[in-house]
This record gives sequence, structure tokens and C-alpha cells, in this order.
Amino acid sequence: MYEAVAFYLFSVLTLGMFAITVLSNNALYAMSALAGGMIFVSGFFFLLDAEFLGVVQIIVYSGAVMALYAFGMMFFDSTQEVREKVESKKVLYALSLTSALLIVFIVAAPIIGANIEATYPMSAELGNVQTIGLVLFTKYLVPFELAAVMLLVAMISGIILVSKRLDNSVTLMEEDPKEEAL
Amino acid sequence: MITLTHYLVVAGAMFAIGLVGVMRRKNLLMLFFSTEILLNAANVGFAAVSKFYGDLTGQMFAFFIIAVAASEVAVGLGLLVLWYKRTGSIDLDSLQMMKG
Repeated sequence: MYEAVAFYLFSVLTLGMFAITVLSNNALYAMSALAGGMIFVSGFFFLLDAEFLGVVQIIVYSGAVMALYAFGMMFFDSTQEVREKVESKKVLYALSLTSALLIVFIVAAPIIGANIEATYPMSAELGNVQTIGLVLFTKYLVPFELAAVMLLVAMISGIILVSKRLDNSVTLMEEDPKEEAL
Repeated sequence: MITLTHYLVVAGAMFAIGLVGVMRRKNLLMLFFSTEILLNAANVGFAAVSKFYGDLTGQMFAFFIIAVAASEVAVGLGLLVLWYKRTGSIDLDSLQMMKG
């Protein structure tokens, strides 16, 4: 009963927030709605007994990604609205067709997947977090390390792309004040 | 009773919303937001399948999707800031010419 109430509440809130994100013309409203939608998506994860995933969702998306967007938005003129042309009817037809196909696949998916058996079953005596730790550091160790390297590369590339004048030494920056004024 | 189909329908609706955003918007920042919505829809689907089949693989994939999304935002936003500094616009149509 409570599960049904929570599920419908979260689905309505999530879809509403994401609809605001997609349809709003103001980038600031869109970003706030996206942050709210991420929090509600983590509600789904808690409902699905994936507590660790829910916590990671809140920390990574609402914490890191949204802070990154907020700082990135300082570079743009967020009050300026990008003029968007009205497209032809083709996009509308393509979107309707894709959505219809998606619904068909979704309804058919449990029938197709009826004979799937669990490779890494969830154990009842261990909690969700412990089971994830066991599987992540044994079966998925190599992808985990690769993800770590990928995040490192992304961090370095982000720093290099945004910071200006990386060819100069940061500690020697104050020696040429006339360049700073530019 | 909430079944797997309920969750998958919600995930599909989220995916459709993200798809509308990707195809309709011309603002590059909005395209990034729509991409986040698409990735989140996939995550909800994975977590739901993981719960209803009693298998942990779906949650593992959701973790790696979150890692991919975080690095995508870092690199993409860096490129977007660079592009805005160079052209003063975050319109998608300003990207049509790929000459540097």
C-alpha cells in the first residue's frame, strides 16, 4: 500500500520535474528542476531496495553534477534566452513513433525476460551495501579501476579546458601585471 | 501491487521526455540536461530489473552509468565554456561549422 503511494507520488513528481526541465526556457529554472528530479529519482532507488545507489545518486548528481552546472552557468549569460527555431513536423512524427515503440518494448520486456536467472543474487543476511561491496571488488574490479581512470582523465581534461594560460606558471602569474589587466 | 512493468513504464516515460529535449532544444546547456535525464531513465530501469530478478548486475551497471555521466559532464561543460568564450553563443546552430 505504502509502496504504491510512494511509487505514484515519486513518478508524478519526477516526470513533472523533468518535463519542466525540458520545456522551460530559463536555464536557471531548468537546472533547479533537474536537481529536484534527481532527488526524486533517488526515491525510486530507495523504494527498490538499492539504498547505496540512492545515496550515490544524491551525492553525485545533486551534489557534484549540479554544483558543476551551477558553476559552469556563471560563465554563461543565463538570463539570455537562446532563440529556438520551430522545427518541421518530422521531429514530431519521429518522437511519437519512438515513444510508441518504446512502450511496446517495455510491455513486452518482462515476457521476453521471463527465463532470466540471477548471476549475482542478492543475499538476505548481508545488506545491500555489503553485497555491492563484495560484488564490486571481486567480479567488477577491472571495470571499477577503469572507471577510476576515466574519472581522473575527465577531471584533468576539465581543468585544462576551462583554465586559461596553462602554459604560464601559476606561481609566477603576478610578475606580469599588464597581462593580467587584459 | 507495483510490478516491474510499472517501473519500466515510468523509466520509458522519462526516456521519452529526455528524447523530446534532445530533439527539440537548440540550447546546448539544455541538451546536456536532457542527456542527464536519459541516463537517469536507464538507471531507474536497471535498478527495477535488479530488484525484480533478485540480481545485482543491474545496480552495478547503474553505478558505472553514474560514473560515465559524471565524467561526461566534466568534459562537456569544459568544452561548452570554451566554445562560449570563443563564439559568445551556446546555440546548437553555431556548432554547424566544425572549423576551429
